[in-house]
Amino acid sequence: MSISRLFAIIKKEFIQIKRDKPSLVISIVMPLAMLFLFGYAVSTEVDHIPMAVFDQSKTQESRDFINAYRNSLYFNPDYYVDNIDELNNLIDTGKVKAGLIIPPDFSQYKNKMTNVLLKIDGSDPTTARTALSSGIMVAQYFSNKNTEKELAKKGMHIPNIGIDLSTKVEYNPDLNTLTFTIPGLLGLVMQNITIILTAFALVREKEKGTMEQLIVTPIKSVELMIGKLIPYILIGYTDFLMVLALSIYWFRVPVNGSISLLLLLGFDFIICALAIGMLISTAAKTQTQAMQGAFMVLLPTIILSGFIFPREQMPSVIRAISDVIPLTYFLDILRGIIIKGISANILLNQIIIMTSMGFALLLIAVLRFRKRLD
Amino acid sequence: MEYVIELKDLTKRFGNITAVDKLSIKVPSGKIFALLGPNGSGKSTTIRMICGIIKPTSGHGTVLGFDIVKESEKIKKSIGYMSQKFSLYEDLTVKENMDFYSSIYGLDKKEKVKREKIIIDMMELHNRENQIVGTLSGGWKQRLALGCALLHNPKFIILDEPTSGVDPVSRRLFWNTIKKLTSEGLSVLVTTHYMEEAQESDFVAFMFNGHLLTFGTPSEIIRENNSNNLEDVFIKYVNEHGGMDKL
Ligand SMILES: Nc1ncnc2c1ncn2[C@@H]1O[C@H](COP(=O)(O)OP(=O)(O)O)[C@@H](O)[C@H]1O
Ligand SMILES: [Mg+2]
Repeated sequence: MSISRLFAIIKKEFIQIKRDKPSLVISIVMPLAMLFLFGYAVSTEVDHIPMAVFDQSKTQESRDFINAYRNSLYFNPDYYVDNIDELNNLIDTGKVKAGLIIPPDFSQYKNKMTNVLLKIDGSDPTTARTALSSGIMVAQYFSNKNTEKELAKKGMHIPNIGIDLSTKVEYNPDLNTLTFTIPGLLGLVMQNITIILTAFALVREKEKGTMEQLIVTPIKSVELMIGKLIPYILIGYTDFLMVLALSIYWFRVPVNGSISLLLLLGFDFIICALAIGMLISTAAKTQTQAMQGAFMVLLPTIILSGFIFPREQMPSVIRAISDVIPLTYFLDILRGIIIKGISANILLNQIIIMTSMGFALLLIAVLRFRKRLD
Repeated sequence: MEYVIELKDLTKRFGNITAVDKLSIKVPSGKIFALLGPNGSGKSTTIRMICGIIKPTSGHGTVLGFDIVKESEKIKKSIGYMSQKFSLYEDLTVKENMDFYSSIYGLDKKEKVKREKIIIDMMELHNRENQIVGTLSGGWKQRLALGCALLHNPKFIILDEPTSGVDPVSRRLFWNTIKKLTSEGLSVLVTTHYMEEAQESDFVAFMFNGHLLTFGTPSEIIRENNSNNLEDVFIKYVNEHGGMDKL
C-alpha cells in the first residue's frame, strides 16, 4: 500500500466535499440542526399547564386553593371565567389544557366533603397524564394539610402509623428529558452523517464515470477504499465530538462515566455506520438511489433502536428487528456511560455484539465493494 | 518485430450480445494505430479489455508483452488511457486533477513538478490551471484528459474517440502531439470517426459487429480495395456487411 497514493485520495476527497454543498450541509448543518431540534423540541417535560378557573365561591379559601395549584408550578391558572361554557370553550380552542371548577360552597370544605372538578384535555396524553397526577396531588396535599389543622384545633393528632414511602431516583434525579435524549442523539447524529456521506462518496465515482479512469491506474482497491473512507471517519468522528461538547457545555448533560471509554466505543460504532454506508453504495448506481437507500435504513433505526420509544414496550417481532440494529447497542452504551456512569464490564454484552456486528458488516461490505471494482 | 498489442481470438459477450468476436491482431510498437468502425462495432469493448477494465469471455491477449488478464497490474503502470466519456473530476481544477493523477501514478515531488509543466506546455493549458474542470469546454477537457493520460510518461496510450466533439484547433494540437510522441517511441491506439485522422495513422483496422474486417497501413487498404480514400473503403465495408441502417 502506498501512503502517498492514500494521501492523494484523501486530499481529493476533502476538496470534493468542500465544493459539494449537500455534503457540507450534511456534515456541518445536519448534526447541529438535529441536536438543537431534538434538544429543544422533544423536551417532554410538562409544567406550567395553562388552566382556566371557574371560581363560584370567590372566598379566601377558594383563592388559597387556586394558589396551591399555581405554587405547584405544574399549572398556570391564568384564565378566570364566569360560566361553564366559557371554560369549555377555552378547552375546545386549546387555550387551556385544564379547567378547575370550584363549587359555590367551597369554603365549607373544612366541615364537610366538598366536590371540586378538574377537567383535563386528554388529546395530548403526555400533558394530560401530568395534569391528572399533579392535579390530584395538589388537591390531596391541600386537603391533608387542612385535616391536620382541624384535628390540631381539636387537640388531636393523626397517629403516626401506616406506610411512608420514600423515593430515590437514581441516575437522572430530576427526571430531565434532555439527560435522556441527548446521549442517544450523539449516536444518531454520528450514524446518520457517516452512513449518508459514505454511501454518497462511493457512489459518486461510479455515477460520474471517474471510476473508469481510476481502474486503469496502478491504484489498488484497498488504497482506494481506505483513502475514500478515512475522510468520512474523520467527519463522522468530528461531528461526534462536536455534539458531545455541545451536550456537555450547552445542554449541561454531564458525562458521568469514562470519557475515554466513550471516545473509544464511538470509534467502534463508526465502523458499523461506515460499513452500512458502503453496503448501500454497492447496491446503488446513483447518488439519488444512495440517498433513498440511506433513508430506508435510517428511518427504522431511529424508530426501533430505542432512541424515541422504549424497546421494553415493543412487541417481540419488532423487538427482534431492533436486536439487529447496531445503534440499539450503541444507545445502551452511550446512556450507560453518560447517564449512569457505568463501566465497560457492565456493558460488555453490548460492546461485544456491536463490535462483532461492525466487523461482520465491514467484511461483507469490503468483499462486495471489491467485487464491484473487478 | 516488437508488438505493442497481440490479441488471439479475443471475445467478449454481454448476455447474448457478442460485442467482440474472436478478434486476432498484432500491432507493431511505436506506431499510431487507428481502430475504425461504426458505433456499436466493439471498439470500446476491445479497448476496455486491453486496459484491464473488463475481462474477456475467452481468448488471450498481451499488451507490452504482459498478459491482459493475469498481468493487468503491470500493464496499468505503463499505459495511459482516455475513455470515450470524459472521466476526470469535474469538481476539481485542472491543476488538482493533474496533482491527483501524478500522485496516483507514484511520481515523486520533483518529477511531478517537471512532468506537470511539460504537460501544461504540451497541451497549452496555461492560465487554465486553476479553472474548475466542469466549466471547461469540450476541447479543453479533452486536452486535459490527454495530458493526464501522458503524465506518467507511458509507453503506450489508448485513446477512445478523443476528438469527438472537439474544436479543430484542439484536434490539430492533438494529432501533432501524438505524432511527435510517436516519433519519440510512444505507441498509440486511437479510435475515431474522422477519416482524415485515420489517414494520418500508421496502421488502420476496421471493426464491424465485433469482427475485425481488415488490418493494414492506410495505403495498403486503399490499394487492396481499389478505392481513392479510406472513407470509400469504410462505406463499402459497411454496405457489404449490413447496410447503412446499421451505422
Ligand atoms: N457493459 C455492457 N453491457 C452490455 N452491453 C454492452 C456493454 N458495453 C458494450 N455493450 C454492447 O456491446 C456492443 C459494442 O459496444 P462498444 O464496444 O461500445 O462499441 P463502439 O465503441 O464500437 O461503439 C454494443 O452493442 C453495446 O451495446
Ligand atoms: Mg465506443
